[in-house]
Amino acid sequence: MKRFIIRRLLLSVVTLGIILILITLIPNIAPGDPARKIAGGTASPERLAAVTESLGLDKSVIEQLTDLVTDVFTLDLGESFTRPGTSVWSLVSTSLFNSTKLVVFALLLVLPVAIIGGLVAAYRRDTWLDRVIVNLGVALSSLPEFVVGALFLVLLAVPIDFFRVVADPPAGASFLTELQYLLLPVFTVLTVYFGYIARITRASTITAIESDYTRTAFMRGLSTSEVFRKHVLRNSLVPTVAVVGTQLGYLFGGMVGLELIYNYPGLGRMIFDAVDSADYPLLRGGVLTVAIIYMLATLAADLIIAWMNPRARLSLSEGS
Amino acid sequence: MTASPTATDTAALSIRDLEMAYMVRGTPRAVLRGVSFDVRAGEAYGLVGESGCGKSTTAYTALRYLPSNGLIQGGTISVGGREVTAMSSKELREFRANHASMVYQDPVQAVNPVLKIGRQVAESFEVIGHSKGEAKELAHKALQRVHIADPEGVLERYPHQLSGGMLQRVVIAMALASDPLLLVLDEPTTGLDATVEAEVLDLVRELRDEIGAAILLIAHNLGVIRTMCDRVGIMYAGRIVEEGTVEDVFDNPSHPYTVGLLNSIPRHGARKTDRELFSIPGNLPQIGDPLPTCVYVARCPLATDKCSAEVPPIVARSDGHWTRCHHPDRIDEVPLPDEVSTAHNVGTEEVIGVHGVSKTFHQRSGDVPALVGVDLGFAEGETLGLVGESGSGKSTLAKTMLGVHEPDEGGAITLRGRPMATKSIDRETESIRAIQMVFQNPDSALNRSWTVRRILTRAVSKLTGKSGDDAEAQAVQIAHAMQLSDRHLDMRPRQLSGGLKQRVAIARAFAGDPDVVVADEPTSALDVSVQAAILNLLAELQRDVRTSYLFITHDIGVVRYLADRIAVMYVGRVMEVGPTDVMFEGPIHPYTEALLSAVPSVDGEAENRIPLKGEIPSPKNPPPGCVFHTRCHRVIEGTCDKIEPPMVEVSLGHSIKCHIPPDELLEMQKVPWVDHSVPEL
Repeated sequence: MKRFIIRRLLLSVVTLGIILILITLIPNIAPGDPARKIAGGTASPERLAAVTESLGLDKSVIEQLTDLVTDVFTLDLGESFTRPGTSVWSLVSTSLFNSTKLVVFALLLVLPVAIIGGLVAAYRRDTWLDRVIVNLGVALSSLPEFVVGALFLVLLAVPIDFFRVVADPPAGASFLTELQYLLLPVFTVLTVYFGYIARITRASTITAIESDYTRTAFMRGLSTSEVFRKHVLRNSLVPTVAVVGTQLGYLFGGMVGLELIYNYPGLGRMIFDAVDSADYPLLRGGVLTVAIIYMLATLAADLIIAWMNPRARLSLSEGS
Repeated sequence: MTASPTATDTAALSIRDLEMAYMVRGTPRAVLRGVSFDVRAGEAYGLVGESGCGKSTTAYTALRYLPSNGLIQGGTISVGGREVTAMSSKELREFRANHASMVYQDPVQAVNPVLKIGRQVAESFEVIGHSKGEAKELAHKALQRVHIADPEGVLERYPHQLSGGMLQRVVIAMALASDPLLLVLDEPTTGLDATVEAEVLDLVRELRDEIGAAILLIAHNLGVIRTMCDRVGIMYAGRIVEEGTVEDVFDNPSHPYTVGLLNSIPRHGARKTDRELFSIPGNLPQIGDPLPTCVYVARCPLATDKCSAEVPPIVARSDGHWTRCHHPDRIDEVPLPDEVSTAHNVGTEEVIGVHGVSKTFHQRSGDVPALVGVDLGFAEGETLGLVGESGSGKSTLAKTMLGVHEPDEGGAITLRGRPMATKSIDRETESIRAIQMVFQNPDSALNRSWTVRRILTRAVSKLTGKSGDDAEAQAVQIAHAMQLSDRHLDMRPRQLSGGLKQRVAIARAFAGDPDVVVADEPTSALDVSVQAAILNLLAELQRDVRTSYLFITHDIGVVRYLADRIAVMYVGRVMEVGPTDVMFEGPIHPYTEALLSAVPSVDGEAENRIPLKGEIPSPKNPPPGCVFHTRCHRVIEGTCDKIEPPMVEVSLGHSIKCHIPPDELLEMQKVPWVDHSVPEL
């Protein structure tokens, strides 16, 4: 296991390196001159040169990369273009904090509900309950989150006062009030992800239930709940963990539509605004953050899987 | 003296008129149709029959482990006087934990892959009320009891770090945790090497007296039943058709089905040149089919009008030996398998030659020499049997011949004297056509979404260059030669039985009229009667078209029946090669001796088993000197562990890689495990 962790961490360092290289390269190889786009078509050559310099594009690619590495490790990502005087890091960290609140709250609801749904569907396989869970899940997850979000606005937030049309609570709100404001976006995430996670859990749970080792456990005289807790779950939740790991990056940075609808200042909306206003430093900071979250999420998922399933450690710890 | 219990109160397991069915779309389909038998404490009872006859279902039903659509429709199951069918689910759990245990067919699947061995063994003790601490200690003792050399180490390991034989020991240790009244062994050694099988059977035999449990053993290997059990029940279509002591049933079979089963396995040293194996015509009735009066009537050579009109009575043959047959007195009229009239000629020209072939796999952790200096050749129409334990390099040799693995520099594989390209992609169509393969598992070897016609037509066009109607016509012709009917041609593999699928796989291999067919355990997944049909087919094809076979198997009986010559491999080296009849007269390599002695015989021959200690060494670190010296029972200290023995020719074409001079070896091996009797079937 130690060997696995060390190798997996080294792999993450490599991933981080690749992320940094890609972020450095994109403005250099993307079509058109980012500096001209930012400065505007009618800008004077002096203004253009100043923007180019502020983007660091006058330097060599290698220098740009080392600058980026320094920036990342000193948490100094420069200043926002659109809000001069405000550091990118402070904007990113605020959005990141907001996104984290949303994602953590969403996962706390989605994971238990979807996993239990999948387990129940697997245990009651081919009954009406199974069909309801599977079909409802498919139907709901085929709707994009901005559609579900909008529907909830119309169906719940408008007629019922308890549900809020915005997700961002007023300043100084209590924890419970914050939760109340976040309720509809979280329901949206639940709706979209329930079917996906439940179906994956269901499939792997059925495989585990039908396995010989589960039969052995029943024959040993364990009760159904003991068989599930001690033998089935650790085998059946591996794919679920892998899926959640890869979806975390999206939950943090990709839910632009949802954040716009509920006017929530998360990372997705921040990146969207940065693109919209050609705020290059902010965009860079946002993309970098999402990439690192993605990297850490898959790292966490892999470590959890390796802890759950000893065979998963083999791929990295035995050099073949 | 008949089916009625000798004394129910002394029976640890007593099953009476058990009826069990699967519910399929609301209709019950009968699986068990009135099964009755008793197993006394300390007694071992075997259940034998083809796949689908209900033997495993009986075993699982005894512990009331039914599939979700399974339904016990009648009868009683009593274990230690308690009625299993009447237990509440809580009582059933308590019963399984304390009084009944099971050992399963595939130990690798039967243990949880994500939990340490220690956790799983300890759980068997926790469930019967021991504390965690006690359970841990007991787990340690349990592993010692099944002779695991390093219990501390094994407890800390995960299942994938142990071999199949070791895992089966662990499963047995868990099964014995509660000192059960009933121990069910469901094909406990199927899939294990013959040597490992022998060790596991030895262990069960040894523990048997100690535990005093009633043992119910399910096996399709009649030899395993013969050597392990006191009494045996022959099952057919959900009913026991004959029962008695193993001696009575196997030596004086009284039901035509029992006779059919016994005639379908190669016995008493029978060879393909003597007679065919008996293949029971037709198929087992499907689950749920309405049964005629006698379950076997449709396939029975003795059947008369009476058999389809009246239910056969239970006829006592001797004390405790009975049969369910109208005509037990005509049992001798069951026809013997056909004698082989056409002479079997082995040519003299070498078709495929393997010359000094080595294969080293380069891994990050070091080189693994999987094959070392292999020399073998096949004449036209010859069968070379290749035997050895798992990991001895048999399959690597086959794959290297086929060009899947590229041999190391220096070796050569020749086709009629001309070297072939070492990689299959570089080979000419002619060379590819010349060597074809039949795999162990036809399910994964055939394209599941293609019809048989398409599979065969494509093989013909790929291998012979024919196309369109020509190719299809030839495909149909080949299918007919394999005794596949036109009906089968438009079916897909999943619609065919295991035996028919293997016929298709053989037809595919024969599509291009190959010179050599490499068959890797082609019958080990099949029932004995189906195996007989496949072996007959292979022998017949060889007589007709003079194909050579490389026949890889762990079944010594099969290799003895089919092979003209046998090569024995160990750690990537050929230890012995020689003509089959010469080898069975001795002298033979000590390793071959151990392999042969491990085979449980249905004829109940003298037990002189030579145990092989430990596991086969990894080719990564072969022992110095003779690679076999670490496990050899005839090792000469100071010689065998230092000097690699040369290949010595003992007699014409028979060579042994051993330091012991052949005449001394012959003297040492004058033990009567070799069955010299002439075929007497």
